[in-house]
Amino acid sequence: MLFKLSIHNMKKSFKDYTIYFLTLVLGVAIFYIFNSLDSQTAMLEVSQTAHELIDLMMGMLSGVSVFVSIILGFLIVYANNFLIKRRKKEFGIYMTLGMGKRSISKILVCETLLIGILSLGVGLILGIFGSQFMSVLVTKLFQSDMSEFIFTFSSGACIKTMIYFGIMYLLVMIFNTFTISRYKLIDLLNASKHTEKVKLKSTWLSVILFIVSILLLSFAYYKVTQEFTKITQNELMAMIALGAFSTFLFFWSLSGFILKLVQSCKKVYLKELNMFVLRQTNAKINTTVCSMTIICLMLFLTIVILSAALSTNYTLQNGMAELTPVDFNAYKTLDLSGEDYYGNAYSEKRIEDSKISVAESFEKAKLDMSIFKDVVEVTTYAINDITMQTTLGEVFEEIKQEFPTVDYDIAEEIITVSEYNKVARLYHLQEFSVEENEYIVLCDYQNMKQIRDKALELNTTIRLKDKTYYPKYQECQDGFITMSSNHINMGIIIVPDNAPLTENDRVKNYFLANYNATTDKEKHEVENMILSDSFEQNLTALDSDIDAVSKITIYEAAIGIGAMVTFIAIYLGIIFLISSAAILALKELSESSDNKERYDILRKIGTDEKMIHKALFLQIGIFFILPLLLAMVHSIFGLQFATKILSTFDNIGDLTLPIILTAIFIILIYGGYFLATYFGSKNIIKECNY
Amino acid sequence: MSEVLRVKNIEKYYGNKSNLTKAIDNISFSVQEGEFVGIMGASGSGKTTLLNCISTIDKVTAGNIMIQDQDITKLKGNHLNKFRSQELGFIFQDFNLLDTLTAYENIALALTIQKKNAKEIDERVKEMARKLGIVDILSKYPYQISGGQKQRVASARAMITEPKLVLADEPTGALDSKSARQLLENFEYLNKELKATILMVTHDAFTASYADRILFIKDGKIFNEIIKGEDSRKIFFEKIIEVVTLLGGELNDVI
Repeated sequence: MLFKLSIHNMKKSFKDYTIYFLTLVLGVAIFYIFNSLDSQTAMLEVSQTAHELIDLMMGMLSGVSVFVSIILGFLIVYANNFLIKRRKKEFGIYMTLGMGKRSISKILVCETLLIGILSLGVGLILGIFGSQFMSVLVTKLFQSDMSEFIFTFSSGACIKTMIYFGIMYLLVMIFNTFTISRYKLIDLLNASKHTEKVKLKSTWLSVILFIVSILLLSFAYYKVTQEFTKITQNELMAMIALGAFSTFLFFWSLSGFILKLVQSCKKVYLKELNMFVLRQTNAKINTTVCSMTIICLMLFLTIVILSAALSTNYTLQNGMAELTPVDFNAYKTLDLSGEDYYGNAYSEKRIEDSKISVAESFEKAKLDMSIFKDVVEVTTYAINDITMQTTLGEVFEEIKQEFPTVDYDIAEEIITVSEYNKVARLYHLQEFSVEENEYIVLCDYQNMKQIRDKALELNTTIRLKDKTYYPKYQECQDGFITMSSNHINMGIIIVPDNAPLTENDRVKNYFLANYNATTDKEKHEVENMILSDSFEQNLTALDSDIDAVSKITIYEAAIGIGAMVTFIAIYLGIIFLISSAAILALKELSESSDNKERYDILRKIGTDEKMIHKALFLQIGIFFILPLLLAMVHSIFGLQFATKILSTFDNIGDLTLPIILTAIFIILIYGGYFLATYFGSKNIIKECNY
Repeated sequence: MSEVLRVKNIEKYYGNKSNLTKAIDNISFSVQEGEFVGIMGASGSGKTTLLNCISTIDKVTAGNIMIQDQDITKLKGNHLNKFRSQELGFIFQDFNLLDTLTAYENIALALTIQKKNAKEIDERVKEMARKLGIVDILSKYPYQISGGQKQRVASARAMITEPKLVLADEPTGALDSKSARQLLENFEYLNKELKATILMVTHDAFTASYADRILFIKDGKIFNEIIKGEDSRKIFFEKIIEVVTLLGGELNDVI
């Protein structure tokens, strides 16, 4: 009997439930898709490094999944609570007919169970098919070839989804039972009669607070973008809190402000249903401010996360060719003595090995040197007198205050101009020339470049033993010796060939080369020879301390990191978006049923249907667009900040394409919810008896 | 005086063939310009159905309703809305004011939906408010004013469009006797001074006594018609009571 009632109820309140149900289905599907990624990546033909990265990614994704399930949990409890409230009268009638609260709870449990099972079922089916499309994207992201299409199903992800959502639904059931037990019959029966008191706010107060919120926002924006370098961790947190607070204030006062503004322009105010729409918005805003603030902040996060992540991926993939001009780099520190960084004495063997070049070590370890071609070997120098502190000269004190954490006592790496030009020729970088008393600073790491440029602008001289050198350029030049996935050359000083550097000043030996191979496959074979166990054992026997990077490993790491960042961003982005859109949609739909009476009055006094639809569209539109607009303004500054923060890793490049992609993404999901809400509401307020 | 409303042999059926209810059974009458006509009847007699048909909210099954030479039973969709907003004024028992709008805005709404220009709207709202004595409550919200004031705001909204016909459905139904009297005096003023043609449905004899002519409806048919003529309101009231007693039963206990 109760079960029958539940099914009937669901059929009846289908309109209210559609968006809720669709959101649940989407949530389940997305949860499954992202948790089943490993089964799709498992069959990809990728190397060991890539597999390790995929494992890392899966770890991070399942961590994010916990966070996502918390958000979805909140959404479900919120939405459900909302739908329960709408049905107070129905429960009141059950109770007058003699049904106990326990039975009503049972009806609700049945309903939740039904919806839960249905949404899980449909969501999983959608997820399983969706993940097939996802595997195409995965293949593309990992730049792997998918030789044949295989239909994958991850039972692990499926069970995980069921467990996570099962817990959420269980929570909802407990929550419902609790809510029902608190209701009193009289309140239930009178629920529909109780009209929301229109809370009045002084419009002048709104105007003042609106201006205050704008000022506060501008201040926060200014702090995080313009005074970015000076901001401390605590200040940053304070600015974020201030931003959130002023967002709240903004929404709280906005409608009053606009009302005042429009009222002063009678032409607009007294046009068609404008005043009705404005008053409606103003009346509603009191109950909506909190959710609007949260939605605005979620949208803001979505925009920033998505744009930044897409841009990171994009830059990682694009900068690769330039950053990895050759196949192989290896380097070692020369002439070691004393203790290492951790205070352990170097072994005899290591000190012995540090006296010979990388190539010599390789030969000693019996590596077939014919696998290399285009070999360039260079040596760099360092002397204790030239540290970062001395190269910064007069600006040192100022910079130390600004960046207290940098170690300024490390000796700078110095290279002679002809040695560097050998590297530059190999890498197809710009070659340099210096006069007798000139030096050049090579640095492509943005933050460091800014610091060094300050010193160079002041023509800061350096003293190498008894000779003084002047900067040739007033700013750092691009260039590097070791390859990496980013521009992270912190600074290398180029001096003339006749600079007073001796054997004793040697610090590092570099071995740069291409593989003696043409195809990708051959290159992988060469790489495997270098990675072979026997060679590694031989090197270990020498206790050789050689660092090496190869084009292949850098590429794989970059692709892996890019893919990881992209996946997590899309995952979070979708969840944030559907959560906020669903909250808005449900709220607006229920408002529409409350507003049905008002629209009926409008009809009775003879308002045109078109005008009514326009007013409805405007009303819902305002509530959807406002948080998005403010979120967009937030993002303009947030992205600037993100660009600056991430430039520490030099990963953010051109943002145009990522922003367009993000916009499309938001328009599709958010716009979809908006349209669904509009048509749903239109249906609700549709004239029924005349 | 010209004829504002002419109702010709209208019928309204509810239900299906096997179970037919005649809410209105062949009613005909007409209302002249400047007249204040009351329609009385017990609940279920069909008076509200009649009003709904005239106000285009409901459709008749048969017959014609002419409002100044226009047959409104032939109107459809948006023409109906347009007609309603331009030619008719409505006053409802439960006021039907929008609670989110101030009194001023509620009155102005009737004109804004006709896309009148802002300056004209402002002037007309203020003038109408002055005539009905509600100038000082214009900036208040419905929940801040009394029932009588609400009904006067509703009257102002109904009148401001200068409708051919004002339709009032139990306008005093939700008011206490003092407010009711005040409102009815307002109606008199609208009728006498502003030349408004009013058609009012009520089951309250006192309210009805303010009208010039009263139609009594029973079981969907016109049962009787009395005209005030030169009588004072007191005598007219007594006449009404007589008819009501004749009508019998239910109506008595309302008085």
